[in-house]
Amino acid sequence: MVQHARARLDASFSAISDATRRGILEQLGRGDASITDLAEKFHMTLTGMKKHVGVLEGAGLVATEKVGRVRTCKLGPRRLEQEAAWLEKYRRLWEARFDELDQVVMELKRKEQVDERK
Amino acid sequence: MNASEEKGRAMKGGTTVERKSERELVVTRTISAPPRLVFEAWTKAELFKRWWVPKSLGLSLLSCELDVRVGGKYRLVFAHGDSEAAFFGTYLEVTPHSRLAWTNDEAGEPAQVTTVTFEAVPVPGVGEKTRLVVHDLYPSKEALEEGISSGATDAMPETLAQLDELLVSLAAPV
Repeated sequence: MVQHARARLDASFSAISDATRRGILEQLGRGDASITDLAEKFHMTLTGMKKHVGVLEGAGLVATEKVGRVRTCKLGPRRLEQEAAWLEKYRRLWEARFDELDQVVMELKRKEQVDERK
Repeated sequence: MNASEEKGRAMKGGTTVERKSERELVVTRTISAPPRLVFEAWTKAELFKRWWVPKSLGLSLLSCELDVRVGGKYRLVFAHGDSEAAFFGTYLEVTPHSRLAWTNDEAGEPAQVTTVTFEAVPVPGVGEKTRLVVHDLYPSKEALEEGISSGATDAMPETLAQLDELLVSLAAPV
């Protein structure tokens, strides 16, 4: 399970190693956009933007659909999995935090029991 | 559930996270002590600072000030490498041993609101445990999702810094 997840993360690693592509993903997280919209937003040529979107699409992070003359981009299936992975990471953070809370509270509990015996 | 199952679950942690709606994240956990002790650990700065930033994060807490009363402020300052980040807000509700709510003001207005409830769970012969429910309400769907991708979520500037940074680190050879 972990190995599988790691392999998939490896696959998307090069796609997200570029700051512009990370920006595109963040942008698409707020809503779908056309290649033209994205090119304008990131001050790029259409050709440059198509190339970035192509890399993201190849990694499953973005999905595109052409309707008439407009190619619309949205988050792809793997990006949605990444969001699930984020939630798991968030859970682990809280778990680590609560494990330490447990220790602190146990100490309070022991102290209280010792005080009661006095 | 019998006692040994309960214990097994507690040892594995048993922390759950759920996205309740477009704007809400809910974290739950049971702690093996009565609410009054758990509440103490959330409201006394010298105790709070011992667990809020788990060691595994590699962050250090430079200062922690908690003025736990309705309208009182809190302020946490973290160091990570050469940078510092402050997290601050105001307590909205303080009900001893049962409920705390505060705003996270560092991201601007309207603020994200965190509500924690401490529910006593009787354990025959042992006393009480505490069911903790941490509820984060974001001002908008976008704020939650931005939290997901940029790390504005909660007081964890660097760990949740960027979804992509996390993925890069996960993908790195071990």
